[in-house]
Amino acid sequence: MVNQIYFVPLLPLAAFVVNIFFGKKLGEKAGWISVITSAAACLIALPIMFGVARGGHFHHEFLWLTLSNGHALEFGYLLDPLSTTLLFVVTVVGTLIQVYATGYMHGDPKFSRFFAYVSLFMAAMLTLVIANNFIQFFVSWEIMGLCSYLLIGFWFEKDSAANAGRKAFLTTRIGDVGFFIGIMTLYVASGSLNFRDLHHLQPHALLPMAALFIFCGTIGKSAQFPLHVWLPDAMEGPTPVSALIHAATMVAAGVYLVARSFPLFEAVPQAMTVVATIGTITAFMAAFIALTATDIKKVLAYSTISQLGFMVAALGLGGLTPGTFHLMTHAFFKALLFMAAGSVIHGTGTQEIKELGGLFGKMKHTSWTFLIGSVAIAGVPPLSGFWSKDEILLTAYNSSQRWIYWVLLASAFMTAFYMFRLVFLTFFGKARNHHIHAHESPVNMTLPLWVLAAGAILLGLPGSPFFGNWFQNFLGGHGEHHAEHVINWFVMGSSVVAATGGILLAAVLYLWFPQGALKMGEIFRPLYLASINKLWFDELYKRIIVDPWQATGRWLFAFDKTIIDGTVNGAGWLTLLTSRIHDVFDKYIIDGLVNLTGAVVQIFGAFTRRIQTGLIQNYLLIVFLGVLVLVYFELK
Amino acid sequence: MIVPLEHFLIFGAIIFTIGLYGTLVRRNLIGVLISIELILNSVNVNLVAFSKATSMAPETGQIFAVFVIAMAAAAVAVGLAIVIALYRVQKTVLADEVNLLKW
Repeated sequence: MVNQIYFVPLLPLAAFVVNIFFGKKLGEKAGWISVITSAAACLIALPIMFGVARGGHFHHEFLWLTLSNGHALEFGYLLDPLSTTLLFVVTVVGTLIQVYATGYMHGDPKFSRFFAYVSLFMAAMLTLVIANNFIQFFVSWEIMGLCSYLLIGFWFEKDSAANAGRKAFLTTRIGDVGFFIGIMTLYVASGSLNFRDLHHLQPHALLPMAALFIFCGTIGKSAQFPLHVWLPDAMEGPTPVSALIHAATMVAAGVYLVARSFPLFEAVPQAMTVVATIGTITAFMAAFIALTATDIKKVLAYSTISQLGFMVAALGLGGLTPGTFHLMTHAFFKALLFMAAGSVIHGTGTQEIKELGGLFGKMKHTSWTFLIGSVAIAGVPPLSGFWSKDEILLTAYNSSQRWIYWVLLASAFMTAFYMFRLVFLTFFGKARNHHIHAHESPVNMTLPLWVLAAGAILLGLPGSPFFGNWFQNFLGGHGEHHAEHVINWFVMGSSVVAATGGILLAAVLYLWFPQGALKMGEIFRPLYLASINKLWFDELYKRIIVDPWQATGRWLFAFDKTIIDGTVNGAGWLTLLTSRIHDVFDKYIIDGLVNLTGAVVQIFGAFTRRIQTGLIQNYLLIVFLGVLVLVYFELK
Repeated sequence: MIVPLEHFLIFGAIIFTIGLYGTLVRRNLIGVLISIELILNSVNVNLVAFSKATSMAPETGQIFAVFVIAMAAAAVAVGLAIVIALYRVQKTVLADEVNLLKW
C-alpha cells in the first residue's frame, strides 16, 4: 500500500515528458498539467505522511544490479520522519509555487518548457527525498543540478542569465565531485550505501574522509562558504525558480544530505566540527553581505545562504531536529518571500529597491504576505521562524562551542535588520520612481502567497512548547528518548531582542531618519565597502582561479596556434612542395618519355609511310626486286 | 630438226620480261592484266619445254600448263570483273589514280 509512493516522483516525471514533447500544442495548459501532477503527488503522499506521523516506518528496496563482490546496489524508498518532513515540504511548497508560476510566467514564449523543467525538477527532488541509498540520492541530486542550470539560464537570451547558469553548474560541480568521491570512500569504508546501514557503522579509518567529502556536496548544493558564490547569481532565473529551487527545496537538499547521513557524521566528531564551522561562517558572512545588497532578489539570496548556514551549523552541533525544523519553516517563509518579491517585480517591472518604495497601498496582498514572511524570518514570536531559529540558538548555546551561539545571534540580528531594511525601502515611504505604476498580481499568484503565509505563521507551532515539542519528538524518534525540552529563557530572550533590535534599527535608519543609513555607511566605510563588494569573493575567485585558468587557456591557445598549427601547416606546406616536385617530374620526365615514344614512332612512321605509295606497281616492283635479291643470294 | 632447249628458255625469258615490264609500267589495268597473262604464258612455255627435254613422261608439263591456262582464265575473269566494278565507281581504269586506301 505504501508502494504507491513510487507514483509521487513518477507523476511529475510524466508531466515532464508530456510538456517537453507536446508543450507547444498545449500552450498555457502545460502549466496546469504540472500543477495537477504535483498536487496529485501531494495527495498520494499525504496518507503515507500520516502513517509515518503515527509511528510508521516504511522502506522497500528492489535490486538494481549485483556487484562482482556480491554486494547489491538497490533502489527503493525509505520513509522515516526525516524524509516525510521533506516530502511534506517539497510537495506542498512545490505545488503552491507552480500555481504561482502559472501566473508569473503568463505570456512567456517558453511557457511549456518552463513547466517541463520544473516538473523534471520535482520528479528529481522527490526521488531524492524518498531515496534509501546514496546512489539514488546522487543520481537525482545531479538531475536537480541540471534542472537548476536549465532554469537559471531559462532566459538565456540575456548573457547574464546564461553566465549565471554556467557559474551555478560549474560551482556546484566542484562539490558534486567531492560528494561522489565521498560516496565511494564510504562504500569502501562500510561496504554499504543504504541509509539504514549507517546506523550500525563499524569504525574505519576512512570514515572521516568519507564524511568530509560527502559534506563537499552540501557545500556546493547548499551554497555554503566557500562555494556560495553561485546562488546570488542564480537569481537571474525566473522568480518561481528562485523560490522553488534556490530557496525552498534544492538548496535544502544539501542540508538534507547531512541530516540523512547524520549517523555517519555523528561517528566522526572532527567532521562535525568542520560542518558546524562552515555553517557558522556562512550564516554570518551571507547575512553581512545581505546588509547592503540593493537587488530585492539578491538580498533574499544572501538571506537564503545565511539561513542554510544556520541549518548546517545546527546539524554540525548535533542538532538534527533543529536543523530539519528550520529547513521546513525556512522553506515556507523563504518561498513566500521570494514569491512576494516576484509579485513586486511582476507588478513594477524592477527589482532595484532604490527605485521602489511606497508599494503598501498599491499591492495589498503582496505587501502583507511579504511582511508576514519578513517577521517570520526575522524571528519574532510566535511565527515559525522564531521557534526554529530559537531551537538552533539553543543547540549552539548548549554545545561545547559557545562562540557559535554568539555569531549566530549576531547573524540573527543582521537577518532582522536586512529583512526590514528591504521591507521599509520597498513597501513604505514614498515611491522613488514615478514612472513605475504598480499593480496587484492576479489571484493565482496571490492565493499561493496567502497559503504560504499561513504556513509561515503556523508551522512553527508543532515545534513549540505549546504543542509539547511534538515535531522534535516526531523527528527524534518515538518514545525512545523524549529529550527534555527545557525552555531556556536567556536564549529565547536574546533571540527576541536580536530580532526586535534589528527591526527597530532598520526602522530608525530607513523609515524615521532616512539620512541615517548614509551616515552609517560613512562611519563604517570599510565594512560598508566589504559588504557591498560581497567580501570580494567573486574578485578573489577570478584572481586565483579564473584568471590563471584563462591564462593557461591563452597560453595553450598560443601553443596550439604556433606549434600545433605550425606543424600542421608545415606538413601541408611540405606536401605542397613535394607535390610540386612530383608535378614537374611528371610533366617533364614521365610525360616527356611518353611523348618521346610517340615522337619516335611518328618520325619513324614519317619515313616508312613513304613506301606505302598506294600504287600497285610500286609494290609489285618491290616484290620483284625482293625476288631478285633472294635469287641473288640463292645463286651466290 | 630438234629445237634445242635453250631457245625455248630464251623465248620464255623474253616473254616473261615483256610481261614483267608491262605489269610494272602500264597504267591501264587491262594492260596490266594482259601483261600478267604474258608472264603466265612464259611460264607455260618453260614448263612444256622442260617437260619435253628432261622428263620421261612429257605429258606431265603439258597437263601442268593446261592447269595454269585454266587458272589464268579464272584469274583474268575475276580481275576484269574488279576492273569493271572499279570503273563504274571511279570512272577510271588507271592504276595510279586509284589511291583511295592510301595512308
